[in-house]
Amino acid sequence: MTTYRITILRFNPEQDQEPHPETYSVEGQEGWTVLDALHQIKWFQDGTLTFRRSCRHGICGSCAMTIAGLNALACETQLQTLPAEFAVEPLRGLKVIKDLAVDLEPIYQALYAIKPYLITDQPPPTDAERLQSLEDRKKLDGLYECILCACCTSSCPSFWADKKFLGPHALLKADRFVQDSRDQGADERLAAIDHRHGLWRCHTIFNCAEACPKTLNPTAAISHLKRTIIKAKF
Amino acid sequence: MVWDQTEAEKLHEPMGIKPRQVHRHDVVVVGAGLAALRGAIEAAAEFDVGVVTKLFPTRSHSGAAQGGIAAALANADEDHWEWHMFDTVKGSDYLGDQDAIEILVKEAPQVIREMEHMGCPFSRMANGRLAQRTFGGHVKDFGRGEPAMRAAFAADRTGHALLHTLWEQSVKHRVRVYAEFVVLSLILRDGICRGVVALELLTGEIHLFHARAVLFGTGGYARSYKITTNAWANTGDGLSLALRAGLPLEDLEFVQFHPTGLYPHGILVTEGARGEGGLLFNSKGERFMERYAKDQMELAPRDVISRAIETEILAGRGIAGKTCVHLDIRHLGAAKIHERLPQITELCIKFAGVDPVKEPIPILPTAHYSMGGIPTDRDCHVLLDGKAKPVIGLYAAGECACVSIHGANRLGTNSLLEAVLYGRRAGKSLVQDLRAGLPLADLYVDAAEPAIAEVEKLRTAQGQEKVAALRAELQETMTSQVGVFREEKALRPAIAKIRELRERFHKIGLADHGKIMNTELESALEFGHMLDFTLVIAEGALARTESRGAHARRDFPKRDDDHWLKHTLAWLDQEKVRFDHKPVTITRFAPKERAY
Repeated sequence: MTTYRITILRFNPEQDQEPHPETYSVEGQEGWTVLDALHQIKWFQDGTLTFRRSCRHGICGSCAMTIAGLNALACETQLQTLPAEFAVEPLRGLKVIKDLAVDLEPIYQALYAIKPYLITDQPPPTDAERLQSLEDRKKLDGLYECILCACCTSSCPSFWADKKFLGPHALLKADRFVQDSRDQGADERLAAIDHRHGLWRCHTIFNCAEACPKTLNPTAAISHLKRTIIKAKF
Repeated sequence: MVWDQTEAEKLHEPMGIKPRQVHRHDVVVVGAGLAALRGAIEAAAEFDVGVVTKLFPTRSHSGAAQGGIAAALANADEDHWEWHMFDTVKGSDYLGDQDAIEILVKEAPQVIREMEHMGCPFSRMANGRLAQRTFGGHVKDFGRGEPAMRAAFAADRTGHALLHTLWEQSVKHRVRVYAEFVVLSLILRDGICRGVVALELLTGEIHLFHARAVLFGTGGYARSYKITTNAWANTGDGLSLALRAGLPLEDLEFVQFHPTGLYPHGILVTEGARGEGGLLFNSKGERFMERYAKDQMELAPRDVISRAIETEILAGRGIAGKTCVHLDIRHLGAAKIHERLPQITELCIKFAGVDPVKEPIPILPTAHYSMGGIPTDRDCHVLLDGKAKPVIGLYAAGECACVSIHGANRLGTNSLLEAVLYGRRAGKSLVQDLRAGLPLADLYVDAAEPAIAEVEKLRTAQGQEKVAALRAELQETMTSQVGVFREEKALRPAIAKIRELRERFHKIGLADHGKIMNTELESALEFGHMLDFTLVIAEGALARTESRGAHARRDFPKRDDDHWLKHTLAWLDQEKVRFDHKPVTITRFAPKERAY
């Protein structure tokens, strides 16, 4: 058992003008994650501490936050990997609603903008699935697993500077469909991202690839999209 | 829909709700998992739909499902819907309604192919068709043959793949979603459902959703247990709302414990690991399933394996004296493990410090799924009396409903199937009713009253009891006394404990009295829901004096078809649980002894 001193950036919109750090002591039991520590604080020290969480095993994407300066899912971050004193803050670049809960609407709007669904102009086969080869299906690995947690986009300096930037999460989702052999919407999707607040705002900083808790690589997806557009243009 | 002034005057505007917080839709869907979204998409083609959900749709617990979705596609091997039907009926320990099961297995191939057409990234075979793997309880030749390759899958992220596909389709079809709204009550009077009342988490304001048809896809309840696969959000809200509206719940005593939860918290390790060839061992290195299900071994149904593991642990054969056994997949090899089981590899490393390529995985039975739920007919109409009379304008599908597909025990891969298939069926059913003229029923003046009062009482609560402490007591009680093995001398004190907690709940205090994003208030509301249905589970477990499927009584160890081949219906009325029963629909397969 280690005693952790966790400094959380608190903000109550009904009382505070500004966010302010508050420090809590938590006896971390074996196997505890940051989520366990947050629960301990909320349940037994300060019931007003507010954060999103659901699955507690890294698949729903609810509990993304900035832990010890890096974006991560609280439910997957083991306390034993952290120093005895560390900070927890809400994701950067998004409006704070309360404490660690941020407004994710810009994240969702960017997804809607890239048409995040299969586009086909031919009817599907009757009584059978569309065929897809093993090689074609493999192209979706590293893309379909995204849990929309926003660790990537909220770690991106280009997003901090330009709030209209679609962001690595939306561009990765666009690539998931561009790479899908069954999709016929590449033209419209590429048109939706081929602008100064879309694909070209990415300056290949790589924070997104570092931040992704599912070890996906949005920078690589974005590079693939850039190459695709350039080949089409020239 | 366009409302003129005279129409609005005729409808009694409910007290306490601001006019701009009354929303009218043809259809209101509660929940945003597989069943809810599939029903919403079906209805949205023709009618105005609003989805009311306490989580943004992709956060729904459907996304946590791993192993697969069943259908007799016969892509990899011979298979027939009749075999799938037999396995499901036998798996249900003959409590499943066979007419509803027949619909499920017959339409399954079409529904799964439809998901693929929508873009679901299923894993494939070399010939480009959907891959399928074996899974517990699914065999060929009416229970007599080899394991059947019946589970289509997307690596071990099948729920995630399906959920995101349906969310994508809901975006494509411009379905309106009210996200982070916590439903407080069902507006039901004189056998007619008129809508729901919900708390907008962001602002703390109360909204009323007035609809011609309401579809519940509110999911499961296993957060009422300490060791569980379930998300924090799975607090059985829809079940409690139904009880409070005077509706019965069906077969709630049948709780599924998934055999392979990661020790110690119970995080799901898919049955697909055994479908790919994983084996179970006790502390002596024995493949102990030989003593419990010597034909199907590790591919026996979940209730059989959970009891086996629990028995091994109680007999002192848990690993290093701990309450777990080993699931070993090392012999599958790194390549296959990384291709077919990448998510559970990540989970084992992150949450147990174990790399399944190199070491066996410590596992224990974990509360997972509700076989029971809100009783519906085959067209997803909620039944007012639990038997035959539908509520006008109320539908339910997926885990929160009881048709009954799964009877006393569910086979793996049948829940993803039920959610998508019956969600679609619910959508088609309410579309048909809307086309036939299902009206927008009047609201009554105090429609929102109980909900408004409940929220105000909780928000201002100043008592000494803490929700977190009471909840921990409830979860511990359910796990130790209403778990895999039950008996009267443990169930009675469990019921007394739940009743005590219901009393103490009146004396809770909250620290957060704010309006904006009050998650402490949300947790208190959820805990209030848990205290309703856990009482029904425990009382139902006490009342059913037999063992069947997942309900195992040490004091009544045999299945008793003479007295108990029937569904339980339970009402919660003024602190009393009142029971009735209804017969099981048996068509093709007469009940037989169930052995594996």
